[in-house]
Amino acid sequence: MTDRTPQLIACHECDLLQRDIQLNPGCYASCRRCGAVLYRNATDSVDRTLAYTLAACMVFLGANLFPIFAIEVQGGRSAITLFGAVLSLWEQGMRSVSTLVLITAILIPALELASLTYLLLPLKLGKVPPRYPLFMRTLQCIEPWGMVEVLMLGVLVSLVKLTNNFRVIPGMALWSFAVLTLLLAAAATAFNARDVWAQLDGKRRDLESK
Amino acid sequence: MSAADSPIAAGRGLCSCHVCQLVSRSTGTSRAQHCPRCGARLHLRRPGSVQRCWALVIASYILYVPANMLVMMETGSLINYRKDTIVSGVVHLWRTGSWMIAVIVFVASVAIPLLKLFSLTLLLISVQRKSTWHPQQRTRLFRLVEAVGRWSMLDIYVVTLLAALVQLGSLAIVKAGPAAIAFGAVVVLTMLATMEFDPRLIWDPLQKEEFHD
Ligand SMILES: [Zn+2]
Ligand SMILES: [Zn+2]
Repeated sequence: MTDRTPQLIACHECDLLQRDIQLNPGCYASCRRCGAVLYRNATDSVDRTLAYTLAACMVFLGANLFPIFAIEVQGGRSAITLFGAVLSLWEQGMRSVSTLVLITAILIPALELASLTYLLLPLKLGKVPPRYPLFMRTLQCIEPWGMVEVLMLGVLVSLVKLTNNFRVIPGMALWSFAVLTLLLAAAATAFNARDVWAQLDGKRRDLESK
Repeated sequence: MSAADSPIAAGRGLCSCHVCQLVSRSTGTSRAQHCPRCGARLHLRRPGSVQRCWALVIASYILYVPANMLVMMETGSLINYRKDTIVSGVVHLWRTGSWMIAVIVFVASVAIPLLKLFSLTLLLISVQRKSTWHPQQRTRLFRLVEAVGRWSMLDIYVVTLLAALVQLGSLAIVKAGPAAIAFGAVVVLTMLATMEFDPRLIWDPLQKEEFHD
């Protein structure tokens, strides 16, 4: 491939051409003209992202299986899980809103965690996952639509609103969502797409040349 | 900074992939070109960015009206019954002493959607007029819009959780109102509009050449 010019990087926000330089760990390079972050040098990016992702997968299960909170009414208890809330909204006829919540709070985070595991686990074991460009593209495309941290704030706001009128019992999923928010933020910070592309391409070239 | 010491990728016939950031040579033909690394379609600039962004922004303005006029949430119990729009819900929270929550909901449901719509309108008009006015500040504004957009979903989640939990017959009910549908659509459309906008267009008027596609 003659048209590859890997030492160049074009700013995604202003298109300024710049030369790629080696960074110290933990540093990031920003565009000379507009200040956009071009790339980072996250230390042990793959290892750390994978660790956070695997932990997040387990917490994600907990967050979806257990009730978020329950309220006590007339001696009885009413508890909800996230999926239960989505289902209840569907039954009330708010189908579009219910679908929106299902996609942004459950499906996209699940797909994000699955794609990260699919890409990073084989890479860690020295293999190249088949069709990895597709998964890298998916990851980049769905990233803005996963909104676990917004959901977390929504849970807290609902909690405060409910305590005005009811006795509220926090559930397992409440804590799970709090931890999940932190783990996803940590994974996003540790993940370095540029680095993963380079490693995957390098591995593939090694395997092809053998 | 003059145009001479700021080489632009498009000006050198180079194209940066929007998915993997690989810089490759643009063939300049009308034939569709794909990134050699990830296979994404390559464009010097996002095609139809301004037109599509305008369409989404205008649709959001239109839906913003029912989102604020219609009922967002109905709450009822034995003693009182009320229907709240987004704004009256915030006012009610403030009056009943939940100031923190009132401020959070106000920022997420009122301030952020308006900030997004006005900012995108400003950016679109400035790009269409090929303005060279403070490109750095306009890029910062775009970054801000991109970063805060998702937080508008807050009210949708709150309504979902409350409506599901408080379904207890005569004692108390919470129901989601039709404004939730319109407001959800506004959030999605403004997020799509932000993705459609190509911030490189802000900087292009600084160059002598013009870039298409
Ligand atoms: Zn830049
Ligand atoms: Zn690419």
